[in-house]
Amino acid sequence: MSLLLDVKGVTKRYGGLAANADITFDVNEGEILGIIGPNGAGKSTLFDLITGFQPLDAGRVLLDGHDITGRRPDIIAGLGVARTFQKLKPFTDLTVTENVMVGALARTSSMKAARDAALESLAFVDLLEKRNHFARELSTGQRKRLELARGLAMRPRIILMDEVTGGVDQRTIPGLVDLVLDLKSRGVTIVTIEHNMQVMMRIADRILALYAGRRIAFGRPEAVRSDPKVVDAYLGGTADAA
Amino acid sequence: MASDQARMLELAKSEPAWPRPPLWSMGLGLAVAASLLAYPFVFTSPFSHHLVILILLYALMAQSWNVVAGLSGQISLGHAIFFGIGAYSSTVLFVKYGITPWIGLVVGMVLSALAAVAIGVPTLRLRGHYFAIATLLIGSSVQIIVQRWDWVGAASGLYIPIDRTSPWLYLQFHTSKIPYYYLALGATAVGYGLVWLLRRSRFGFRLQALRDEPDAAASLGIAIARHKVLAFMISAAMMSVAGTFYAQYVLVLDPERLLSSEISIIVLLMTVLGGSGTLWGPALGAAILIPLSEYSRIWFGGTGRTIDLIIYGILILAVCMWRPSGILSLFEEGIRRRKGSAP
Repeated sequence: MSLLLDVKGVTKRYGGLAANADITFDVNEGEILGIIGPNGAGKSTLFDLITGFQPLDAGRVLLDGHDITGRRPDIIAGLGVARTFQKLKPFTDLTVTENVMVGALARTSSMKAARDAALESLAFVDLLEKRNHFARELSTGQRKRLELARGLAMRPRIILMDEVTGGVDQRTIPGLVDLVLDLKSRGVTIVTIEHNMQVMMRIADRILALYAGRRIAFGRPEAVRSDPKVVDAYLGGTADAA
Repeated sequence: MASDQARMLELAKSEPAWPRPPLWSMGLGLAVAASLLAYPFVFTSPFSHHLVILILLYALMAQSWNVVAGLSGQISLGHAIFFGIGAYSSTVLFVKYGITPWIGLVVGMVLSALAAVAIGVPTLRLRGHYFAIATLLIGSSVQIIVQRWDWVGAASGLYIPIDRTSPWLYLQFHTSKIPYYYLALGATAVGYGLVWLLRRSRFGFRLQALRDEPDAAASLGIAIARHKVLAFMISAAMMSVAGTFYAQYVLVLDPERLLSSEISIIVLLMTVLGGSGTLWGPALGAAILIPLSEYSRIWFGGTGRTIDLIIYGILILAVCMWRPSGILSLFEEGIRRRKGSAP
């Protein structure tokens, strides 16, 4: 597997607080990298830094060997990096199909081609029945699927998913997990933030664990789960940063 | 299961990209179009022509405001600048160089688009109310500058000299308002047609996306600042067209009136009342507010000026309370949702 995303020493400070401090990890093409950590560990900030939504204080982000550090979000997206947001951001006044068309229009200027691609993405996330509804009418689980479909319609090389199973009811989770695995089987590289450890252990090839803005573990899921620093962080102990 | 999904996908792809409007709305549209075409011959008084000319011009102005506010989500309170640029461009070129207002119209559109770039590049980075405040202040500043600029007539403005030699070349019709009526109708129809196309285009989709969620739009490859500035340019050029036609219609430029923030606010009120972001909302807003304004002026004389604003205020309050997205949004949503879509 070749290296697709290479994050080196990424740092972000808010005044005296380090939201991300010297975080280094990489993602191989076709794998699922999971990011775990308690609230406030800096997971979503890390996504913002990679995708250009916030400027970095230090560090570099390489996509397929090309430096994308500090580029604008739309340019990074154009290079094949899709993302979803923890706080869902559907285009509320557009229909479900139109929402996904916006994603497809990133790679085509034909409205017909964009619509077909959008419908295919909606079929993939099992949201085709809702295609003519307004996005604001969807449940949280459906909105998560919509965001996923919107990102996928861009045909990205890598997708960063912020808590796919967060805030949805328990019955919806298996379907979302299958969706992520199906996506992987189609060759999409995935970085996913996840609170649900069971889900993470099932889907991730490797896991990056953060605590208070620092990397405390990075590696195979079993090794990360049994890492004393990760156990400490999750059980409320005070972890020393690696 | 998979074959069900495949069938549904094929069905969805075979559906028309844009839902066909219901018959009643197509009938209503045809009836309105026919009425507008026949109107000057059914109602023959100059006032009845004047009233609809104003409605049409304001419908165009409100639509222009709707492009920047309704589609890209930026509240501009300085749109009178572009109205003024359109009016002054054609008038100055005609008064000083004898150039036809048709060329002045194009010059005004280009200058307005350039002014939109000059204003938009620094200010469209501002989010929410800051952009509105910035455009309000720039609008007031432009008015003050024009009122002190002798070359364009300063505070006393400019009068367009009467020319009876070639009415269609110089856009002056002194015996009837009917040509003005059809010019306003044509300009407004073209403006609405272009916005109809815009809303269905890639650019229009991207504008609506960044209006709803700028961050999500950026994450889908949309260059936010560039799209907002482009929308502002299109909007400014449309507003400028209305300015040129208005100047040719009244034949006098008064910076106190042409460049006042009142114009910027009235086009806002019309759009919000009818339905910001909808295609026909601005026209509906103009069709309600202009008669209110004109009749209150007639009934109450000079004192009527404030009464129409009081009525505007009450209407806006009512819309904000009961239908914040405007009167027309109710119908447009129903049409876009399509009949027979799954619950």
